[in-house]
Amino acid sequence: MSEGIGVVGLYVHDQDEALDFYVGKLGFQIHTDARNGNYRWLTVKHPNQPSFELGLFLPQEPVLDAATAHTMREMVAKGAMPPLVLVVDDCRAAYDKLRAKGVEFIQEPIARFGGVDANFRDPSGNAWKMIEARS
Amino acid sequence: MASQDPALLRRLLRAKDRMDAASEEDWPVERLANVSGVSDAHFARSFKEAFGVPPHRYLLTRRIERAKALLRDSDTPIIEIAFQTGWNSLGTFGRVFRDVTGESPSELRAREQASAYQLDQIPHCFVSAAYRPDLKIAVSEKRRREAGDRTDTE
Repeated sequence: MSEGIGVVGLYVHDQDEALDFYVGKLGFQIHTDARNGNYRWLTVKHPNQPSFELGLFLPQEPVLDAATAHTMREMVAKGAMPPLVLVVDDCRAAYDKLRAKGVEFIQEPIARFGGVDANFRDPSGNAWKMIEARS
Repeated sequence: MASQDPALLRRLLRAKDRMDAASEEDWPVERLANVSGVSDAHFARSFKEAFGVPPHRYLLTRRIERAKALLRDSDTPIIEIAFQTGWNSLGTFGRVFRDVTGESPSELRAREQASAYQLDQIPHCFVSAAYRPDLKIAVSEKRRREAGDRTDTE
């Protein structure tokens, strides 16, 4: 398969902090980390999805004007960005493992509708729903 | 709209998250301010600026949202739902619920359970958030309904 979605990006508050979180805590891998001046194109991938890149981008000048960049940082910090879903085999085990690493969970695992789900945020404020697929 | 420091907003979000996770608990301003690491007065003002509603009205919307979900999705007695969602008396719960939603808990339960839902493809929290009462809209809804009622009788 050659057609499909290649990159979806998140805005983050700090790219080093985001890298530490997504790679160091969630277990993602670096896909691309390229710098050009103070611009940094940073993407990570899930170990099981090598062709899908999750971008960790800074809302910054000159890509955005200063006021818009600040607004985007505010939106991320207020948790106003769109839903993100991480699928796992065992939600409770993943919760225990990630929580031990310091991941900020905002909802403990709950069994409902035939599945189990929990919620966490990345350091910037992006919210992830972690779902154990229905068996 | 004045701009706010993203670092402060992230800490205010933490207080909002804590209310989301345990809306049945008591959340005096001191407790919320402590979560966000700011003074009580600063917290209340900053929270409203950030999220558009005072912290306690936000908490109220979460309690009503949760009560609506329990009314819709369970057969739990209404008095149990009142206690589970943070009220100390059935009377207060019923009154506030009607003020916010325009109908009583039992009316809402009867109506919701009569309709079929096909929401099981959407993760629960998003459905839940979509059903969160908007207090501003609730007031206008109420006015609209009252206006509608008058038209019907003419």
